Amino acid sequence: MIRRLLPVLVFIALAALLVAGLFNAPYKEIIPSPLVGKPLPQFRLPVLNQPERTAASTELEGPYLLNIWGSWCPGCRVEHPLIEHIAQNGPVPVYGFNYKDEPADAARWLERYGDPYVFSFTDLPGKVAIDLGVYGAPETFVVDRRGIVRYKQIGPLSETDWRVKVKPLLERLNLEGQQ
Amino acid sequence: MKHLIACLCFIWAFGAAAIEPLDFRDEAEADRNRALSAELRCLVCQNQNLLDSDAFLAKDLRREVLELMRRGLSDDEIKAYLVERYGTFVLYRPPVKPATWLLWFGPALFVAAGLWLVGRAIRRRQPASGPLPPAADDGMNNDD
Repeated sequence: MIRRLLPVLVFIALAALLVAGLFNAPYKEIIPSPLVGKPLPQFRLPVLNQPERTAASTELEGPYLLNIWGSWCPGCRVEHPLIEHIAQNGPVPVYGFNYKDEPADAARWLERYGDPYVFSFTDLPGKVAIDLGVYGAPETFVVDRRGIVRYKQIGPLSETDWRVKVKPLLERLNLEGQQ
Repeated sequence: MKHLIACLCFIWAFGAAAIEPLDFRDEAEADRNRALSAELRCLVCQNQNLLDSDAFLAKDLRREVLELMRRGLSDDEIKAYLVERYGTFVLYRPPVKPATWLLWFGPALFVAAGLWLVGRAIRRRQPASGPLPPAADDGMNNDD
């Protein structure tokens, strides 16, 4: 009896595996960043809308958010209202990292949708972005007081991500700072 | 899905750019860059390697590989540099380590299990059909 059922059971198990894979596939695209738990690589880049100025990553005081964005990126517009909300009310400052974008396009985009950032680094060639392990936009890094990356969001930050993951983490990091 | 759309956009927008070569000094350098790019995954279009992909990140990474080559890094050092930033996922050929044993040796395991099952089935069947009874002359063999 069991021998006759065995092929059927194997088939059902295999089918279940494939169905599970099908529904999990969208999450598999997200590659965990090996940078989490390590210091943010240091860099110095020009600042958007301030042609004379360059800024170094070491000048930023954590905890802060570093939001990778580009005017060419539809996901960035999706998360933009939330990023603005965080910048205005959030517990930490938000810095921008303008990725593979013409500065003129980037400036126009901010003018049109609002500029939530303290300032934005500009990386037109995308070289520093490779150092940061960026592979698209938007991405958002949470960096703590000691310059360690504590979390990386890949893709648009959703209301839920913010409420459940990022905001509690930032509040904890702020407390760490006071001790 | 959104990556698929992004890929399709890139194919459209960067179709021409893919032909645009990097500025290689000689054939050996070009060959080495191509060989390395074939082993590294494009993180935008994840089922393509850097050589196949037209995404702009793939192009940037090919250029990065070239620069690292010129800095005198070995192939393994270049791969390690990218793994540090993008994780082992960037390698098209995953390294053999406990976490990937099933991936590497799983297929052999399946073949072994299959052979064992087939062998068992054959052994079971043999005694049943055991010594064949002499074929009865059905009168059809008229070849003498």
